[in-house]
Amino acid sequence: MFYFENILKVLVIIVPLLVSVALFTVAERKILSSIQRRRGPNVIGIFGLLQAFADGLKLLVKETILPSSANKALFILAPLVTFFLSLIGWAVIPVNEASVFSDLNVGILYLFAISSLGVYGIIISGWASNSKYAFLGALRSAAQMVSYEISIGFIIINVILCSGSLNLSAVVLSQKSIWFCIPLLPMFILFFVSCLAETNRHPFDLPEAEAELVSGYNVEYSAIGFALFFLGEYGNIILISSITVLLFIGGWLFPFFSTLSGSLCFSIKTFFFIALFIWVRAAFPRYRYDQLMRLGWKVFLPFSISWVIFTASILSCFNWYILCFWIFLILYLLVLICFLLVSLGFY
Amino acid sequence: MAIKDEDIIQLATTPMNRLEQSYLPEVFKGFGTTLRHFFTSFGQGRTSQTIQYPEQRREDYHPLEGGMEKSNFRGVHRLNRDEDGRVKCVACMMCPTICPANCIHITAEESPWDDREKYPKKFEIDELRCIFCGMCEEACPVDAIELTTEYDIVGLSRQEMVFDKNKLLNVYDVTIDKKPM
Repeated sequence: MFYFENILKVLVIIVPLLVSVALFTVAERKILSSIQRRRGPNVIGIFGLLQAFADGLKLLVKETILPSSANKALFILAPLVTFFLSLIGWAVIPVNEASVFSDLNVGILYLFAISSLGVYGIIISGWASNSKYAFLGALRSAAQMVSYEISIGFIIINVILCSGSLNLSAVVLSQKSIWFCIPLLPMFILFFVSCLAETNRHPFDLPEAEAELVSGYNVEYSAIGFALFFLGEYGNIILISSITVLLFIGGWLFPFFSTLSGSLCFSIKTFFFIALFIWVRAAFPRYRYDQLMRLGWKVFLPFSISWVIFTASILSCFNWYILCFWIFLILYLLVLICFLLVSLGFY
Repeated sequence: MAIKDEDIIQLATTPMNRLEQSYLPEVFKGFGTTLRHFFTSFGQGRTSQTIQYPEQRREDYHPLEGGMEKSNFRGVHRLNRDEDGRVKCVACMMCPTICPANCIHITAEESPWDDREKYPKKFEIDELRCIFCGMCEEACPVDAIELTTEYDIVGLSRQEMVFDKNKLLNVYDVTIDKKPM
């Protein structure tokens, strides 16, 4: 009985997740096409909504090609690793008060561990393919994810300092008075940009730089292996959007509209971030690799570390509300001074 | 003729000011531009320049609106017939000679008719090799080979896309109403 209940719970999480991944790909294609003044998929289903399912079916019935010089076992293992790692992160995501599969006390650490493991799927696929393009793509991807994970870690420490807990539900509940994105605004922006790099999305999609690397680490994959990579990648984007919502935008909480269903709030906020991912993809050109590394190590990392010290020192002196006030004041002063300097030409 | 010095225009990129060098306002400008395009084109076909091909065809539009210029469009070939319905070609070998893609293959034979010496026994055009340059049409002394406005030709095999004499004459029968000689 216990097992049956748990399996049901897992299905309740995974089935809507996979459907939303499918709809996400359609939404991405529709939004991108609208921004580029095209039509996008519009033949299969109304507004092309069933396009993703048709693509999935196509990938399912296609032939799986194993390269003759590939390491077969690892080659098959890699997409499975990527796919399942993008699914198991959802175990600790609370979509509403008390509606979470496992209310882990170290939820944030768990998520961080899962996203670090995500590099393995890519490394394994790049190495097992025995192809230069795949290998280069995998190396780039791994280096990128590792370097941005460090600054993500420091950014999350800010949130942990403010909330005082590693439990995601507790983090959300501590945002009842004010969402963390307001007092920690710079960290919030840094977190979002790091998430773009972490999920290998535009403008940091160097592993898949089509012009240079064909398609990156998944170049040798066909049929269901490719589909699993694809699902894993997009599942990761949804996961990281929901993490952003939980850590900075107050999860299921919504001020002034307390009657609104919590999980609906959570979905709307998550959808906003997913749309932002697509929007960024349409708006910006790709970074060069050394620029990406410079941004990660020379800008994001020092900035997030110094902000941890800043937050910690303020928290040790004042209580939470005064922290908001102080950070606000300093931020606005900084912005004002910067603006004055820039406009006066003392850049 | 050499380019004169006064004809050369030096284009210098406008230097960026301090704000632009920081790229920060530009990032949000980029967001704004994409958002504007999104809202002006989402769900409404009118603003989109896309022609929905199988349903809408380029023939239905004016050339200035992205339609097809029918008078000089170079589509699939046809072999014209004369007044008696015979093939007009005299097998002079001008078109296979000029053809840059070497896609026209003619076997000439003595003509059964009195008004000409030769006629093509076999006339094959490999439409997969053809680059639709229209040189054959230009070269033909008797206006026997012409390019029509038909562009959506399909075949299930490569062999099927090698058009023989009968097929090319059939193309004439089908397209003569649309494009008179």
